[in-house]
Amino acid sequence: MHDNEHTEHHHEESFIRKYVFSLDHKTIGKQFLIYGLIMFFVGGGLALLFRWQLAYPDRPLPIIGASQQYIDEGEVVTGADRMWERIYESDKEEWLEVSMPSGVITPEFYNMLFTMHATIMVFFVVVPILVGAFGNFLIPLMIGTRDMAFPILNMLSFWLAVLAAIVMVMGFFVPGGHASAGWTGYAPLSSDPQWTGVEWGLNLWAISLLLQGFSSLVGSINYITTIINMRAPGMTFFRMPLVIWSLFIVAILLLLAFPVLSSALALLIFDRLAGTTFFSATAEGGGDPLLWQHLFWFFGHPEVYILILPGMGIASELVAVFSRKPIFGYRSMVYAMIAIAFLGWIVWGHHMFQSGMRPGLGSIFMTTTMLIAVPSAIKTFNWLGTMFRGSIRFTTPMLHGIAFVSMFVIGGLSGIYMANTPVDIFIHDTYYIVAHIHYVVFGGSLFAIFGGIIFWFPKMYGRYMNDVLSKIHFWLTFIAFNCTFFPMHILGVGGHMRRISNPQQYEFLQGFEGMNIFITMSAFTLGFAQLILVFNFFWSIYKGKVAEQNPWQVNTLEWEAPTPVPHGNFGQIPTVYRGPYEYSVPGEESDWIPQAQPEHAPATSGD
Amino acid sequence: MLQWLPEDVSTFGQGVDNLFHAIYWLTLIVFVLVIGTLIVFLIKYRHQEGKRATYIEGSTRLEIVWTAATTVIVFVLAMFSYPQWNNIKSPTQFPENPDVVVQVSGKQFNWDMTYPGPDNEFGTDDDLVLENELHVPVNAIVHIRLTSVDVIHSFFVPQLRLKQDALPNRFINVWFEATKAGRYEIPCAELCGFGHSGMLGYLNVHAQADYDAWVQERWPQ
Repeated sequence: MHDNEHTEHHHEESFIRKYVFSLDHKTIGKQFLIYGLIMFFVGGGLALLFRWQLAYPDRPLPIIGASQQYIDEGEVVTGADRMWERIYESDKEEWLEVSMPSGVITPEFYNMLFTMHATIMVFFVVVPILVGAFGNFLIPLMIGTRDMAFPILNMLSFWLAVLAAIVMVMGFFVPGGHASAGWTGYAPLSSDPQWTGVEWGLNLWAISLLLQGFSSLVGSINYITTIINMRAPGMTFFRMPLVIWSLFIVAILLLLAFPVLSSALALLIFDRLAGTTFFSATAEGGGDPLLWQHLFWFFGHPEVYILILPGMGIASELVAVFSRKPIFGYRSMVYAMIAIAFLGWIVWGHHMFQSGMRPGLGSIFMTTTMLIAVPSAIKTFNWLGTMFRGSIRFTTPMLHGIAFVSMFVIGGLSGIYMANTPVDIFIHDTYYIVAHIHYVVFGGSLFAIFGGIIFWFPKMYGRYMNDVLSKIHFWLTFIAFNCTFFPMHILGVGGHMRRISNPQQYEFLQGFEGMNIFITMSAFTLGFAQLILVFNFFWSIYKGKVAEQNPWQVNTLEWEAPTPVPHGNFGQIPTVYRGPYEYSVPGEESDWIPQAQPEHAPATSGD
Repeated sequence: MLQWLPEDVSTFGQGVDNLFHAIYWLTLIVFVLVIGTLIVFLIKYRHQEGKRATYIEGSTRLEIVWTAATTVIVFVLAMFSYPQWNNIKSPTQFPENPDVVVQVSGKQFNWDMTYPGPDNEFGTDDDLVLENELHVPVNAIVHIRLTSVDVIHSFFVPQLRLKQDALPNRFINVWFEATKAGRYEIPCAELCGFGHSGMLGYLNVHAQADYDAWVQERWPQ
């Protein structure tokens, strides 16, 4: 389809080549960023729908839901009632009628909503932005090269991701609805259509993730090759900024982890379409549902670190730059990330403590899992050490960096409860895990993403984002985030199961109605706050204040390139003379020394 | 926060709750120390005109201290956790000679409870199958053969601090001893389809005399 488009617009090749099928790593990075932001709204919107159901179970949605009079007596009162009247009168089975009659979310649709919320946020928002956008934009610029090693593969990686997103969204509109077996797709619920009634929805879910897997694979090969082979003269491994280290480690994790998911998905598709029984233990076939869980989590736990490590890298940049100090313990930061990546391969069983896996294995996985506290603690203390005796600038990116550190502390500490096998018996599959994952992936990764966007925006678009709007967005997000997700710890302690559409069905959860309403109201505030970010982002591309070449006075190489960065990035490839965090060096007049500045030359404004 | 925990009515529940409390205090202290330090640093080392940051590259001694300290805490916590976990979940360590044996089978979207009857054997004529109602005596050791006929379900009794997934074509042994008579909910804790929400059984814990009367009524002799 895209090839046709290409030949048709041959006379406009320059535009198409520049903005659509671009080979330039910076454009591809920006494409991934906008792609991620669009999907962020799809994923967030789904969450708001099911939050409504949790606060007001089986009551019609606001605005599009029918009025109570209409539901009870068929009396048309509001505009929404007229819409529903039309839908019910038509002979066709309309999509809205099946998924939310009169605006009341059905249990089937509820299961699709949370399944797709998680799938989209993990595979189509956080990974594309952290790895696709920041990885593409930053790697060549920060290691001092002109582009990625394989620009065509790079373009392929983006357009595969677009194709995957189209397939994923299409799943909502096939008969039977979308995948509804949770983002973890546990078999046999996922492997046999008779248990959910979902036919092609789940097939498309699997196919889309296969495509996304290829996209990630292609991207990771590119990152690894580029970082190993194309560093500027003098850019040794231990002079690389921590965000590049994090992306390098993540690329290796992606390369090794995604094929495991891909093979599991392939087996799942065989089970669904070809009648095999890899994941079902029936009398006719000798498969095992636990095999799916082992394969999924063997991929899934490294995936969790794929989601957080680049966040750690970005936060490290922000904290060092705005404390005007070297990163405390640079090498131990690198080793801690390698340790987290390594431990990520031997902890997957902690998702399966209650699965029926041999209990002895539970004890082993508990030990390896709790060991992750060690490198996590090293990182946290080193961030604190970086701020110690610094000169902290409270810019908006720094606020996001500080939010990352403090939210990561909560997310890390709440992980200890679940790593502990006896405590996990109670809180497994409750809202405690929902709180934990959101403190790590929203409180962690997303705050790093927001901070990173504002921080590198001047280099991406040559303009600043509006600072007043950025600050409003930050504070609203920070407060609403905590109001949304902190109470979920309490729900979890009360035993509130996840993935239930109506907590009011349970006597022991009656006391949590008020808290669920509070969480939903906070979630709507949180969603609203993100509109500010997106408005600010697109407005600032065209109307933002024009930025100078190195507005934050940063040492790393991306700020050596002119703004806006031309094709090929650097006029002359810079030579690197020192590490990335030489801030406030004693005896120097300036409090920063760019990596590319020759020894013993007077400090200049960085050009 | 821990006052939100449901009442504990099982013999091993206290062990779970003790660990819960220990981790709660441990993480609370760490949280207060780290966030407190962060806030102090943010105030004390905020940018002030004419004051420069101090160039510090790190401290190997500190790195060793916090690596070692965290490692020790982790292993101590693990040491206290192994016995509790094995006590609840390891079939080799279950209390022997159960007073009651029941087969519990998940099925979209009910719990089927099968009693073996007086002959203590499943699959015989005197078996009794009840939908969603499990009856056991108080202060008695109960063994459950947990299974499923379709997808994965999870047997969860919040007040017993007990949760175990039920897998098709597999029998997983679970035990508990309830310490207080009453009627407790048994929700399903693993997504099992559109009826997952509301899949709910009941655990009826009877005083011994009441339980004997119930048995007498079901299997008159």
